[in-house]
Amino acid sequence: MSFQPLKTVTSRTLVLPLTNIDTDQIMPAKFLSMTTKAGLGEHVFANLRYDANGNPTNHELNSEAGKACEILVAGHNFGCGSSREHAPWGLTDYGFRVVISSEIADIFRNNSLKNGLLPIVIEKSAHQWLLDHPGEEVTIDLDTQQVRLPKNGGTYNFEIDAFSRHCLMEGVDEMGYLQNQDDAIAAYEKARG
Amino acid sequence: MRMMGHFYGKLSGMDSGPHCVRRRNDLGGKLVTAKTLFDKVWERHVVVPETKTNPATLYIDLHLIHEVTSPQAFTVLRERGLKVRRPDRTLATIDHSTPTKINLDGSRPYVTAQAKTQVETLLANTEEYGIETHGWDSDNRGIVHVMGPELGATQPGMTIVCGDSHTSTHGAFGAIAFGIGTTQVGHVLANQCILMPKPKTMAINVNGQLAEGVTPKDVILAIIAEIGIGGGTGYALEYRGNVFEQMSMDGRMTVCNMSIEAGARCGMIAPDETTFSYLKDRKFTPEDYDAACADWASLATDEGAVFDKEVHIKAEDIKPMVTYGTHPGMGIAVDAVIPAAADATDESALDYMQLKAGAKIAGTPVNKVFIGSCTNSRMEDLRAAAAIFRGRKVASNVTAIVVPGSVLVKARAEDEGLDKIFTDAGAEWREAGCSMCLGMNGDIGAPGDLVVSTSNRNFMGRQGPGVRTVLASPETAAASAVNGVITDPRNMETAA
Repeated sequence: MSFQPLKTVTSRTLVLPLTNIDTDQIMPAKFLSMTTKAGLGEHVFANLRYDANGNPTNHELNSEAGKACEILVAGHNFGCGSSREHAPWGLTDYGFRVVISSEIADIFRNNSLKNGLLPIVIEKSAHQWLLDHPGEEVTIDLDTQQVRLPKNGGTYNFEIDAFSRHCLMEGVDEMGYLQNQDDAIAAYEKARG
Repeated sequence: MRMMGHFYGKLSGMDSGPHCVRRRNDLGGKLVTAKTLFDKVWERHVVVPETKTNPATLYIDLHLIHEVTSPQAFTVLRERGLKVRRPDRTLATIDHSTPTKINLDGSRPYVTAQAKTQVETLLANTEEYGIETHGWDSDNRGIVHVMGPELGATQPGMTIVCGDSHTSTHGAFGAIAFGIGTTQVGHVLANQCILMPKPKTMAINVNGQLAEGVTPKDVILAIIAEIGIGGGTGYALEYRGNVFEQMSMDGRMTVCNMSIEAGARCGMIAPDETTFSYLKDRKFTPEDYDAACADWASLATDEGAVFDKEVHIKAEDIKPMVTYGTHPGMGIAVDAVIPAAADATDESALDYMQLKAGAKIAGTPVNKVFIGSCTNSRMEDLRAAAAIFRGRKVASNVTAIVVPGSVLVKARAEDEGLDKIFTDAGAEWREAGCSMCLGMNGDIGAPGDLVVSTSNRNFMGRQGPGVRTVLASPETAAASAVNGVITDPRNMETAA
């Protein structure tokens, strides 16, 4: 088991409304020279959280209320750019368990799923509601694949492939699954010479 | 030294997938399945087919690794007591954190002790697990996406992965090549496979005659401006049409490299005579080359194959391009005016760039010029830049650096005297590496600097805090270095 199983999350949201937030914004390159994963939560969104002298800004991400948020809501096309897994490592180390947008880039989405961070692409009206209501308490139910908004915001379904859903809910990673396919892999290698 | 195995000539006969169509061909009315290049290469690599509940297990022919995205994967191997399944299908180099200068005493000025540790960790890990590594003493050390093709390790019909989003570069050879995260680097090291659902396919058709002075970089920047930074999300792209057929391998690599900047993990071009002649007689080239080429030629998309989406762009409509905003989709012709902001994010992008809607982008003062990166650091790129620099000087307000993609590119450029042209012009000629594309090694601009860069990303702060990046071709970058302002390279005469 490499991360805590994720079934339901109920938390206030932290909203970053900008579109196209790339993984350089999430984790600037100067923090990529680490050879471990530890402590990357300190550097996540560093350019928003620290000034030129390295002092903390008054950005919500630096507040106690912000640090208690497990759900990140971001503008369209979150996580584009570099494949650095340091981005989801930083987000999970900070405390996020769910990221919601109207579009999430492929590699970031893929990396998130492998680290217990649930990427949710939600329909535009619900996304807009979330952008317009920062800090509301929202419930994510992975079992029913639903996002439940408070204050008559409604309930929305989201898509996730069955395999990723299973892995997140059980807290299993894919290494063991692949190891179990050793015979098939060996047969493939033999057949192709 | 181990040689890579070569897989070709055997179709697996897997299910044809959702976007193949059955049609009758002209030969006896026999039913045949028209497939795309992507379908054909994908099917050859399916170890366990995709089901409703499980992704496909896909075999990986070539795994490229570098110092930034591999150390935590080796840690996982150690923790679980796993071996590297196919060290003979794994190739390593050091490129991101490596200094591009050498101290007078021959030592290398790492930006931090951690950067040095990261490079040394890669070298130690690959030594321990028996992986061929192009480190400091290799003539092929360099940007991982320059090294692979240079060695002939990159071949048509392969699946290629690397913990780097610009792995799409290798699609120029007709390979399915895409970036993965570090967890999957671990999966591939241990199992030589990854789990993934099959992406949709999109054809990007560019036909017609490119105007004089329009380069492959301009073509891809125009494509990204057209389909948008997220337009390719969920798709594998195939670049089709006479413009790509007529393009050199260096040009095709520039195009495929930036597929990810439109959100597509992978972008491919069908292998042809240009591909075959490029790969001939390289280190890992198959011994029975004619047989390999015949097989590779069969990979091209069949007539009548259906893509999930098609885009058509007229070559005649493409001009030399530059970006004006903070992502690669914000591109315009270098002779155009800056468009009005469509939303708050666009507005903040223009604020960050200190540019005004309605103003011409040409003529904007420049502080630095970077010629290099996995997008534009190969011989043709350097020759194109040198043709502009020849007999001219870098403007007094500009610092220009030229960073070759590999040790081999550096040596070849020096054989042709290109280094002398750059240094005579007042540009710096550096050691190979990723350098200022992402600035991990400390090659960055100063806050507020406007950098005309031949790299692939103009994200806020990518080239240093507060640095404003304008993406462009080597020609445009060199012309802008000479004039000290963003310049249309078509206005610069070059010797024939």
